[in-house]
Amino acid sequence: MISRTVGLWLAVGWLGYLVLPWYAIEYGFWAFDWITEGYPLDGESAPAILQVFTGGKPWLAPLGLALLAPLFVLRRPKNDPLFGIVLLIAGGGGLAYLLFQAFAIGLRGWEFSLLETLFGPLDTRQFGLGYGAVLVSCALLFFLTQGIAARGAIKGDVFVVGSIGLIIALVAAFVFFPVLNILTSALHDKDGAFSAGAFAARFVDQKIWGLKCLTGPYSCGVAWNSLLLAMLTGLSTTILGLAFALIATRTGFRFKRSLRVLTVLPIITPPFVIGLAVILLLGRSGAVTQFLDFAFGIPATRWIYGLPGIWFAQTLAFAPIAFLVMIGVVEGVSPSMEEAALTLRADAWKTFTTVSLPLMRPGLANAFLLGFIESLADFGNPLVLGGRFGVLSTEIFFSIVGSQYDQGRAAVLAMVLLTFTLGAFYAQRRWVGRKSYATVTGKGDSGLYAPLPKLVTGAAYGLALPWAALTFVIYVMIMVGGFVETWGRDHSLTLRHYIEAFSITTSEHGLIWSGAAWNSFWTTITIATIAAPLTATIGLLTAYVLVRQRFAGRDAFEFGTMLSFAIPGTVIGISYILAFNVPPLELTGTGVILVICFVFRNMPVGVRAGIAAMSQLDKSLDEASLTLGANTFATVRRVILPLLRPAIVAALVFSFVRAMTAISAVIFLVSANYDMATSYIIGRVENGDYGLAIAYSSTLILVMLLAITLVQLAVGERRIRRRGTAAAGSVVGQRVAR
Amino acid sequence: MTLRGKAARVAFQEVTKAFGEVVAVNGVSFTVDPGTLVTLLGPSGCGKTTTLRMIAGLEMATSGRILIGDQDVTQLPATDRDVSMVFQSYALFPHMTVAENVAYGLTMSGFPKPEIRERAEEGLKLVGLGGYGARLPSELSGGQQQRVAVARALVLEPAVLLFDEPLSNLDAKLRRRVREDIRELQQKLGLTSVYVTHDQEEALAVSDRIIVMRNAEIAQEGSPRDLYESPSDAFVADFIGDANLVEAHLEAVENGEAVVQIGTQKQRLPARGLAPGPVKVAIRPEAIRLVRDGANGALGASVSKATYLGSHMEYTLMTELGELFAVDPAIDEPVGEGETVTLHLARRGVTLVRS
Repeated sequence: MISRTVGLWLAVGWLGYLVLPWYAIEYGFWAFDWITEGYPLDGESAPAILQVFTGGKPWLAPLGLALLAPLFVLRRPKNDPLFGIVLLIAGGGGLAYLLFQAFAIGLRGWEFSLLETLFGPLDTRQFGLGYGAVLVSCALLFFLTQGIAARGAIKGDVFVVGSIGLIIALVAAFVFFPVLNILTSALHDKDGAFSAGAFAARFVDQKIWGLKCLTGPYSCGVAWNSLLLAMLTGLSTTILGLAFALIATRTGFRFKRSLRVLTVLPIITPPFVIGLAVILLLGRSGAVTQFLDFAFGIPATRWIYGLPGIWFAQTLAFAPIAFLVMIGVVEGVSPSMEEAALTLRADAWKTFTTVSLPLMRPGLANAFLLGFIESLADFGNPLVLGGRFGVLSTEIFFSIVGSQYDQGRAAVLAMVLLTFTLGAFYAQRRWVGRKSYATVTGKGDSGLYAPLPKLVTGAAYGLALPWAALTFVIYVMIMVGGFVETWGRDHSLTLRHYIEAFSITTSEHGLIWSGAAWNSFWTTITIATIAAPLTATIGLLTAYVLVRQRFAGRDAFEFGTMLSFAIPGTVIGISYILAFNVPPLELTGTGVILVICFVFRNMPVGVRAGIAAMSQLDKSLDEASLTLGANTFATVRRVILPLLRPAIVAALVFSFVRAMTAISAVIFLVSANYDMATSYIIGRVENGDYGLAIAYSSTLILVMLLAITLVQLAVGERRIRRRGTAAAGSVVGQRVAR
Repeated sequence: MTLRGKAARVAFQEVTKAFGEVVAVNGVSFTVDPGTLVTLLGPSGCGKTTTLRMIAGLEMATSGRILIGDQDVTQLPATDRDVSMVFQSYALFPHMTVAENVAYGLTMSGFPKPEIRERAEEGLKLVGLGGYGARLPSELSGGQQQRVAVARALVLEPAVLLFDEPLSNLDAKLRRRVREDIRELQQKLGLTSVYVTHDQEEALAVSDRIIVMRNAEIAQEGSPRDLYESPSDAFVADFIGDANLVEAHLEAVENGEAVVQIGTQKQRLPARGLAPGPVKVAIRPEAIRLVRDGANGALGASVSKATYLGSHMEYTLMTELGELFAVDPAIDEPVGEGETVTLHLARRGVTLVRS
């Protein structure tokens, strides 16, 4: 009997080796000009086999051997020891060799001087890996995993071992490899020579760690700035979140439902839009500033630019996230606990301070850390509102795009920022994550919540209601701002900005998308549409493996897949530039790198949604399917996926929306051909063109609302009567760092 | 067409399963004869469910051999074993109709479409749910769902049918009905079945043989009557039915009859291969008779608690042997709390066990 899986991957491998171009085509992933331009003999588009014989690249020949070997065991039974060993060696060895040659021989010949002395100088060079190389890598990877499965790992389950292998390979290539590149970059000086001194000099820089602001009128180091800002934002969002949550769950407030709308806003709002609206409100020519000037003669200043402005904008932007977390926490306190306290003669105030609040403590810490991480990672608001107040995320950006152009400095700053966020991430998981008093058990926990003390109710209303009103005003500004001629100077209504951005003219050639925004708009939609299903697939696959399978190294696997959660977008952006600018993975300037970036930045969202939903599916469903003769793949397809529909929708929607609103990583990766909406808007803001920026932003928000509604309608409801799974909220609550 | 089991033998040979450091099943060997129902019985954590899951192929044995029929299936995953399982939670696929659920295994095994439909209908009729095919599992009661799960397992005509505590999610009245149905079906179709439960009464009711497990090992194996009437040790005596375990001294053995000193009393009991020395006696609660004004020299007791339970009285008695628990059908003349009585031990229901 022929092993069908081995046969399939053999075919794929040979297709990659014999037919498709081995190296990356210069004009991009979707350009197919090479078919007519000299293929298959042209050196740039020749398949590996021809590169070996006519292209002067004999080092590609051993890969052919690795693809031949599995032929010999194709007809052997799976439990034949030889079957496993041959696949293991062919796959593992082939993959290792492929990577070795790709890293060893680059654009300038040998990459390592040791190899040069060993084999003599090389006059040919090689480019980034292309279609052929990708297919061959996949084939080799799956030979390896089938070999491992045949040796008995995970009950010999080819599908599961293959999935784990694929996820590890992808995460290694697109999360760990780039981040490691930061480290190596930090250790090289401006000329590219290895130098620990350069690292030390950059690291102890006054601009990062200086404390002059304590003693004089100077600014402190950006690291301190970032930490201070993150603490303030964490604190203010947590307090506001608690106030909102108490009102939403414990009072008779009449507009609870509209409060919940608040939680959706940060998902569909590009992060810097809040900053933009704050400028329209409180900037030098902002509405409030002008009014104060007119009514009371208070002169307009630039006070909003700097710490106060960023803090204000971040609190507006991230308080809803804390709200979402705190709703769960406040609802998690069992009413019977409070009833017990009341019957033990505690009054409302004592009950709240001695029972309710202590039970919420882990949740409060969690909300604080989330706000802390969000603030550190935020890029858009500091960029728009920062003024002279530099924080790490913006400094990274300026050290690589500005006149400084110092990769090493960017790398060091990225390391500092990464250390902060990873520290908070670690604290959240180790210290807070495990210690939860949430008392939701699934047993009908009846009882009534104790009434809140008057003082607490008063404080909650006093904090939350003005804030909600402010949020409302901000969004009104966003929606209205695009229709105003020039904010602060000429308040006449106009459609000029929308026409400039989104005009469509007709000519004899048909419709012409002549608006300035269309290019980046369609790119954004396209990239987000491609990235969303990929994100959902890989996220749910990871969730399946994590929830349903037990294997050695599972904890490390989980940590690795969730890691990109804690890596700020700016760090990802800079690391992608450093890692993917040169072969073997030459991706900068393409649309592919944007897609990849979104997939791996948003993958944890899919994982979270999947884990939440899958934990609610009883494991006996899988087992029933297995004992009824279905294999794992059939079980996933016929039983698990249909039951995971809500999670799939959630993952699709969130990855789509996040791809549309992301800015921090994107701004490093966009190119003339692939400009994204958010980076285009930021560009307009920097030119002072607020009208078009706001008009474009409000359009994006509406498009995303539309997308969410459409997907909800298209996928529809599950056909069973079970408790709803994976409420969208739980996913958002867990998201960290845009 | 009629469904039949293929009725294969199941054999465990020195099977061990370890989860890291913890040994869940330790060198267990047993055989299940074709067409019989064997119950794995024991307290939670004794390894009975792990044993069942190893037959299914949902857990892989760490060492030892597992045979189904003549085939060594030790390394075979669940998908490839000729085994079906009925789960505690029913595990009906909630997004498929009843008929789709029952047909699932048949579809996966590649049966032709008409046969799938015929077999699925046959299976549903067999469990008394003909005509329910178009419903969703959520539209059925708990007992009906369990019967669908049985039908889904049956239609594959498996070599072995496994039950993992199939009744524990049903209420008490229903439990008796469904267990009788399962037993009837198993006997009618001649299925080889392995049944896991922690409820000793359920085990006594459905089994041809019972394997009592304790701490990852087999404590005793035998027919329900064997286990109840001659438990091999104190654990089994206590687990199967209630038993008062009393310290005693075996004085001498004569013709297989032992003379046992229980407190101040001497009693003759089957020796069961025990040698003179300290032993334990398991006394079933129904073997203790309470007698007012009994003869001198008999075992005296004072009643510390008397409870009326409709069909019988339950007594807690203080004696020189310690506290004893007794069940007495004489409800018309109950003994009151605080009264003193003498106790007679019936011949049946008093067993010597290894201490």
